[in-house]
Formats: sequence, structure tokens, C-alpha cells
Amino acid sequence: MTTTELGMPGSSPRAGTASVPRLPEDADTLTKRDFTSDQEVRWCPGCGDYAILAAVQGFLPELGLKRENIVFVSGIGCSSRFPYYLDTYGMHSIHGRAPAIATGLATSREDLSVWVVTGDGDALSIGGNHLIHALRRNVNLKILLFNNQIYGLTKGQYSPTSHVGAVTKSTPLGSVDQPFNPVSLALGAEATFVARTMDSDRKHLTEVLRQAAEHRGTALVEIYQNCPIFNDGAFDLIKDREQQQARLVHLVDGEPVRLGAEDDRQVLVRTKAGLRFVPEGEAADDGVVVHQVGADDPAQAFAISRLDTPDMTHVPMGVFRSVARPTYDDLVRAQVDSAVEKGGGPATDADLERLIHGRDTWTVA
Amino acid sequence: MSSKSVQQLDRVVIRFAGDSGDGMQLTGDRFTSETAALGNDLSTLPNFPAEIRAPQGTLPGVSSFQLHFADHDVLTPGDAPDVLVAMNPAALKANLRDLPRGATVIVNIDEFTKRNLAKVGYAENPLEDGSLDSWQVHPVALTSITVEALAGFNTLSRKDKERAKNMFALGLLSWMYHRPTTGTELFLKNKFASRPDILEANLAALRAGLNYGETTEAFSVSYEIAPAKMPSGTYRNVTGNIALAYGLVTAAHRARLPLVLGSYPITPASDILHTLSGLKRYGVTTMQCEDEIAGIGAALGASFGGAIGVTTTSGPGVALKSETIGLAVSLELPLVIVDVQRGGPSTGLPTKTEQSDLLQAMFGRNGESPVPIVAPSSPADCFDAAMEAVRIATTYRTPVFLLSDGYLANGSEPWRLPSVKDLPDLRVEFATEPNGVDAKGQPVFHPYLRDETTLARPWAVPGTPGLEHRVGGIEKADVTGNISYDPDNHDRMTRLRAGKVAGIADTMGDLEVDDPSGEAEVLVLGWGSTYGPIAAAVRNVRNTGAKVARAHLRHLNPFPANTGEVLRRYRTVLVPEMNMGQLAMLLRAKYLVDVQSFTQVRGLPFTTVELADAIVGAQTVSDNGGTA
Repeated sequence: MTTTELGMPGSSPRAGTASVPRLPEDADTLTKRDFTSDQEVRWCPGCGDYAILAAVQGFLPELGLKRENIVFVSGIGCSSRFPYYLDTYGMHSIHGRAPAIATGLATSREDLSVWVVTGDGDALSIGGNHLIHALRRNVNLKILLFNNQIYGLTKGQYSPTSHVGAVTKSTPLGSVDQPFNPVSLALGAEATFVARTMDSDRKHLTEVLRQAAEHRGTALVEIYQNCPIFNDGAFDLIKDREQQQARLVHLVDGEPVRLGAEDDRQVLVRTKAGLRFVPEGEAADDGVVVHQVGADDPAQAFAISRLDTPDMTHVPMGVFRSVARPTYDDLVRAQVDSAVEKGGGPATDADLERLIHGRDTWTVA
Repeated sequence: MSSKSVQQLDRVVIRFAGDSGDGMQLTGDRFTSETAALGNDLSTLPNFPAEIRAPQGTLPGVSSFQLHFADHDVLTPGDAPDVLVAMNPAALKANLRDLPRGATVIVNIDEFTKRNLAKVGYAENPLEDGSLDSWQVHPVALTSITVEALAGFNTLSRKDKERAKNMFALGLLSWMYHRPTTGTELFLKNKFASRPDILEANLAALRAGLNYGETTEAFSVSYEIAPAKMPSGTYRNVTGNIALAYGLVTAAHRARLPLVLGSYPITPASDILHTLSGLKRYGVTTMQCEDEIAGIGAALGASFGGAIGVTTTSGPGVALKSETIGLAVSLELPLVIVDVQRGGPSTGLPTKTEQSDLLQAMFGRNGESPVPIVAPSSPADCFDAAMEAVRIATTYRTPVFLLSDGYLANGSEPWRLPSVKDLPDLRVEFATEPNGVDAKGQPVFHPYLRDETTLARPWAVPGTPGLEHRVGGIEKADVTGNISYDPDNHDRMTRLRAGKVAGIADTMGDLEVDDPSGEAEVLVLGWGSTYGPIAAAVRNVRNTGAKVARAHLRHLNPFPANTGEVLRRYRTVLVPEMNMGQLAMLLRAKYLVDVQSFTQVRGLPFTTVELADAIVGAQTVSDNGGTA
């Protein structure tokens, strides 16, 4: 097998929406209402999806894009009803396949802002293959993974993010499956942008969406989302105001990885036994872990993602990784465009005839 | 030429057979090109194992290439070879049973060593024990003569020299049948441009083969086959996979839309992926996806965006794509699914042909999910069939199956090249404006408001202002496309989707019957790649004075409007298929006609003789009042 230099664009990072038509400067800005469809929202009362929908509807106008150039593609599951409630173009597809469908759409249409809405079952179980391949290819997609650690639409079976021992309808004696950590998985799959946020923290969620939209390439955003019916309170420990400060690790680029209130601040250090939190005063400067979202090597981001444990003692939130790498769709289009250009522009009837004739013809009079 | 005699023949069938590493497919391809250049009509049948390099010299490793060429219309690759070129004992043993007594066998005696004979179970050397007395055997030391002819090539190893023996064989056969070798020389120059020593060695081996025929006493006769009388025009030789790829590109060109292929490699469809990957200059986007499901998903995503989405695969891949095909039925978006059928079930016979995916294409999905089916009848016809599949997909906003098979995919024939501007205009109109009003009288877009004639829904692509809408796999409310669980609506939508597909018959023409006398009582009805064998068999039967009618289905769903009427016109309808009777089952179910099924699943096309026998048999039954 030989390889070749692609000689293609990608050296100068462009924004995720750089090729999507924007509203004229003098046009009225769109509002949340413009992104709300006329369909009645049918999630269960108290579902975390409502908060995410409101945050997305509230955030989209900020992008300044033409509404008709935004597409939401989803798979199957509670979260995948999302596109019906947004007044953009949308497709509610089949279980697990949204990343594949969105890859075809994003690759063939540079002028679209393509979003995928999926859940822990849809993305990590039946659609696991498509997810990791979208991530490694770095297609210009924004993937919102609603993680409620349970199957909701099929009424309460354990999911690939349910904890070991989880008692559910299909695991009456407790689940024996080791769960995926979606952030670790994405980092291992060569993802260029990986973040985690939470349904109930509108401000944090919006900020993460903003950075994801800005990123050119596949952005995976894990959103912790409460299912009030089948897994209520799954994230209570990190939602509780008193507890969360000691548990949530807010990642800030270029700053030490810290935890806790000001009077009880802990900082992440490197030890022979791996990363661990120590009181800020005890940390030697050279051992302190400084978060670098743009590091080429994802090893440190991966190590930080492993701080997460089922008992939620330490839960990192925010952007784990954000690096520039040429996107699959840009490269595919560039190869086609350059071939068309070298051929003298779009193919004519005569070009087509040359193609089908090939090199070896004969004529019968 | 020399003092040797020249005989005129009207047709010849040659089979090249050797180890999968011996270059038999290449040799066959080159001989085919030379034959095409000479103006003979022809048909080819490559036959090779699924293993890339099976153990050397064994029966499973035998690869062959058969070519039938003539001074008249050729319909099949030929039942039985007149000439077998056997590069080793395995090739002889594997192919001898297909060889009629009296046929010519050219064997490479260098390979007939004790060890090689033992490998394939020959206790005695068949060249010496008299077992080949019924054939005209020409033992030639192909390997050693080639090596000797290349004695001056000091930079090449013995192995490299031996490798050129296929060119020696090609040279010898080119002499025997008066084929011009200039095309092959040009081909070699391109292929080995960066290896001048290998190029010269191959050219020398080719010439040595020609000279050997000319000078040796072993071959006293050479043969001429006059050009065939073919309709005027410019021709090329083409395989089904290439023609199919070109058909898709040309259809997209005529539709003024980009072609987007999502695919996953699978035998025998991969050549379409390879070909389209090289056609970026024509605006073609190809994506080799992570699996079959992603392949069709990417294609469907592209169709949603306004491209012609295509996925290419074989039977096992279709099984994986089924759910997405169902989604496309619900979304009512154009999509072409190319199934190059091979032997099944499961992995089955990856490199062998079969027509056993018809019912899978027809019914292999959950729910009532009708999908139109188009089947090409010959390698060159793959071009037109691909255009027809795109026409149906874009006109009716539906997924369409294009059912090719391994025989069409790799087989080749001369193709009279069309003029692109005379091909059907496939332009489509995207929706650009709202098409309804809401309760408040405001203009709205109804994504499932249908065209009255075609029942197609509007194709409104993202980027079109004011037409923002959502589609999906949950049942749609008629007209608005909103989610609906209403019983009456589901019944209506199911019938609308079925009616839309049934209505395609309005734009595809009647089933044409070839019944020259108008007095036939037996109709032979086929579909897909059995076209050639059936037409050849019918011709043979007619030559005996019998009257027999013939028809061939290009559309399997829906059937042409007059199909039932045609079936009822004949006392006996014989349906030959390379499956267990799938078309016959559909015809019986739909038309209540007691068609007679003739089936075979040997991984190979029907021979003319066995089909002719079946037709004669059906005739006899028909004469006896229709009962067997």
C-alpha cells in the first residue's frame, strides 16, 4: 500500500459554521420562537429533555445562521424526538444510524450546520460503530449525546452507561455489564472535540454548545440528563448545591484542574500512582495538572476523564479536548473540487462521452 | 502468414485456465480486447475462487476465463469450450469435464510434474496414460520456452521470467486466431511504464508465443472468424460493473444533480465502488463507510440534501441495509440500492452468480414497504438499467433496487455507445414554495402533499427558506407529514405508498413478446442475466422448426401492465431462473397462472443446451394438453 500527501486544506482552522450562509447584517435576529415548531412536545413531565430543548432553542439564534441551513438528525429513543420540536430541517431516522446519515448529508452539503441528537443507548449501544467512525473521521457534525443511563422509550432496561449492579427491568439481580464512559470512549476514538455538561445547568450547557458549534469537525457533547420515570435522581449528587462543589471538577483551559470551595480547594497532581486531588497548599508546582484542551496528545484529557467514578466523587465537566484537524467532509469535497477544476470545470456531455468511450473503441459502418 | 493452412470458422469458445496467480483473467481480458477490436461479437465469463491466492496448483485455486466470439450475434459465453488452455494439472482436471470430445487442449507440460499431479489426485500423468485420447492435445512447454525466450534479461529472476508465460500463451492463441496484438502491446506499455525490464520481457514473451505458433509443427492450422454484422455505431467492450457505474454517473449528469455513493466493499460489487472512486472529475462523491448500514445511511443523508444517493452491495449487504431501505420508503426520498447478487445463503458463493435476492428485494423489510425493482439483462444493459433506476427514484421519490448479478458484473460484451444528449432527460424540480395554508390562512409547506399523477411527495432540500420540515420513520400524517398514530391515516398512507409504486407501470412500457410466428404455445419468460442464455436457447429451438415465444422482464416491481394478459396468452409459460423459482412464485401469486419453473443454482449461468432441452420438454408437455 502506498500513501500520498493529500495537499489539501485544513492548516488554517475555520469555524464550524464558516461555510453556512448567515442572516444579512441588517436582518431581524431570530428568536427562540423562530426555532420552535408547532408540534406538541411529548416528553414525560419533569424530563431533562425539556431543559435541553429550551437551551438549544435559545442558543440557535445566537449562531446568526439562516434557519433553513440548519439540520437536526436523530436516531431512536426519547431524545431522538428532538428534531420534531425544532423549526429547522430535521430527520428522525432509525436506531443508532444518525451519525452515518448525518455524515452523508454534511459531506454532500457544505452549506449546512448539521446536528445529531442521540442518547446513551442510541449512540453507544446499537450505534456505537457509527459514533466512533464519525469521531475518527472528524466530520463537521455536532453530536449531542443525552446520557440518562437508562433506556427510557422501551421502558426501563439498563443501558451501556448504567452502572454495574444497576437493578432494572432487564437486570433484576443487577447489571453485570461494565459501562462505557462516553468521554473516554470519544477520546480513544480520535475525537477532536469532547465535552460534558448537564441538563439543569443552562449557562454551562449553552457555553459548551457555543464552543461545539465553533469547532470545525465532530464535536461530541455528553449531556447528563435526568429520566424522572426510570432513573430519577441519577445525577442528584452533582445537582445538589451543597454536594456539587466538592464533586464537580470544572475544566478550564490553561488552568490547574481544581475542585471544591475556596476555603477547601483541592488541586489535581501527578503522582506515581496516577492523578489525584490534594489540598492546594500541599501541591508542588511542578506536579500540578494544568488543563490543555488543545494538546495534541489526548493522554492527559483521557486521564482526567478517568477521574469519573460511579459514586460521582469527582466528575469533570466542561471541554476535555478541542484540537484542529482537517475534517473528513472538507477533504472529500476538496478532492472532488480539485478534480473538477483540473478537468476544466463541471463535466459536459462531451466529457461524459469521452468517459464512457474509454481508450479502446471500434466503429461499425 | 506462412504456408500453414487457414480455416474459416463462424464461432469459437476458448477457456483460459490456470492458478489464481497465473494471470488468467488478464490474459482473457486482453484476448477479449483483441477480439473486440477485430469486430467479432463476443461474450465473456470469468470464473474465479473467492480466495485471492489459494494454495498453488490445487483444484480450489483454479481460475478461468471463457470467451465466446463469432461472426454473428453472440448471446452467451458459450456452453462448452472448443479450446482449453490449461496452465497446470489442476486447471486440466477442473475443466476437462466441460470439454466436448474432440476439443483442443493446450497444456503447459512443464507443470505436469509428479508433485503437481499428485496434488490434484492424478495417479498417472494424463498426458501419457491415454486418458486424453478423445481430445486434440497440444503439449507445450510454456514455462521453459518462455524462460528461454527471456534468456537475455539478466536483471530478471527466473520467477519473474516464468511469470510472463501467460503472455506467451496469449501470443500463441493470438496467432491461432489471427488476433492483432497492438492493443496488448499498448496495454503493457501503460501497465509497466515504470518497470522497463518487465515491460520488455512481457513484450518478448508475447512475440515468442506468436513466433512459436508460426514456426512449430505442432500447430498446422490457424483460424479466422470474420467480423460480425452489427448495427452501425461506435463500440467498446464493457463489463456489467463498469457499465453500471457509468450509467449512474450519466444519470446524475442528465439529472443535473451530484452523485453520492455510500458503500462498503463486498464481492462482486466492489468494482463499482472502485470505478466511481476514480470519477471525482465528474462531480462524484464516494464514501467507503464503516459498514453496510453506514453506506446506505450516508447515501440516504445525501439524498435528503438533494443528491442522488446510491449504495452498492451484494445479498448479505442488503440484509444489513434493510432497515434503512424501510426508512427511505417512509421518508419517500430517492435512493438507488445496487445489489450485485451472488450465491447464498449467508456468505454463500461470493464469486459465483445467482438470482436469489429477488424475494429479498421484494419483501425483505418489516411492514408494508414496497420498493421498485429494475434488473439489467446483459453487461452493457447495466448502463441503461442504472439510468432507469435513477429515473424511477427521482420521479417517484422512492428507493429503487437495481438487481445485477455476478455474471453480469464480471462478464463483458460489446456495447454500442450512446450519444449522451440523446439519453433521457432526468431533470427534477425541487420544491421552492409553500404548497398549502394553515388554519390561520398562513402559507405552509406540506411535505407529504402528493403529485396527483405520480403520487410523489415534494423533494424540499435543506437550504430552501420557508420549507423547513421534519421527516422520519414514524408514520406520517397524510399531507402534513406530522407524526400520526391514527388508524385510518395509517391505512391510507400504506395504500398510498403501494399505489405510488404500482403507478410506476404507467411510465415504463409494456412487456414485449418475441413470437415471430404468432403461433407459439410456449412462452419462455426470464428476468435479469438469463436473457442471453434464454435467447440463445430459443434460437436453437426455433432452428429445429419449433415455435416458441420469448419475453424478458426488466421491471420486477411493478410488473408491466400487460404481464397478466401475456401470461394467459400461452398454454405453457416456462420461467428459467438461477434460484428456486422466485419470479415464478411472484407470477403465480399475482396472476394465478400456473407457470412452470425451471431452476438451477450452480453458481454459473444456464447453458444453452440445458435450456433448449427444458424448452423442448415444456413444448412436449404443452402438446400433451398441458399436463406432465
